[in-house]
Amino acid sequence: MLVSLSRREVLLAGSAASFVLAVPALASPEEMNEAIRRFTSGAETKAGRVRLDLPPLVENGNAAPLAILVESPMTEADHVRRIAVFNERNPQPNVITAHLGPRSGRASLSTRIRLANSQRITAVAEMSDGSFWSGTADVIVTLAACIEGA
Amino acid sequence: MARALVNIPKTARRGDVIEIRTLISHEMETGYRPGPNGVLLPRDIITRFTCTYNGVEVFSAELFPAMSANPYLVFTTVASESGTIALTWTGDNGFSQTETATIEVA
Repeated sequence: MLVSLSRREVLLAGSAASFVLAVPALASPEEMNEAIRRFTSGAETKAGRVRLDLPPLVENGNAAPLAILVESPMTEADHVRRIAVFNERNPQPNVITAHLGPRSGRASLSTRIRLANSQRITAVAEMSDGSFWSGTADVIVTLAACIEGA
Repeated sequence: MARALVNIPKTARRGDVIEIRTLISHEMETGYRPGPNGVLLPRDIITRFTCTYNGVEVFSAELFPAMSANPYLVFTTVASESGTIALTWTGDNGFSQTETATIEVA
């Protein structure tokens, strides 16, 4: 069977294919909320107790410094069990999930993350009493990570 | 063997909260980035990090592609006794590396 394609159709198909290759589907805020729900198993997340430090303007999205400090006495009876970081606009909503305990002494964590776009980053902490607390930070990114070849 | 930098105080007083700083050289290839030929490079990241203090796990983390290359992690633990702190990174393609440090607790 002979399939005849006009020049215009070939060009259209080509440009569509390269668009798909260059831009992988980015996560959406809904996907981030879904990931947070999976983390909390549907429990309610209250705002507060989690301080998320991220520079408001990041020049290089390949390595954005991030620091989290959760208000907690970190005792056997009252401590932070897990801290998870989520993003809205990278290809995947998860960034890191850390497991802590009373032997941590302080509920703090610092790392460097990739940012594909200007977005809001959310950190959620699970306390030993089963409650979930969150903190957010808005960040503007001038050079995106993840998608472009570096 | 990837190059790893580990910063753990050599001595501490019992009950002190010590800070452990780690950095390991690793591409952390996300799996979303095209290579020179336009084909996506396969994912190759460190997926898990654990820290044990005399064999007891005191900190661990699951890492995702959104972590930067050469993952840098800073966390704390209570200096409870003299002994060994072991840090282990494991990941895709059978990546596994362990670094140990000794701590003297007075």
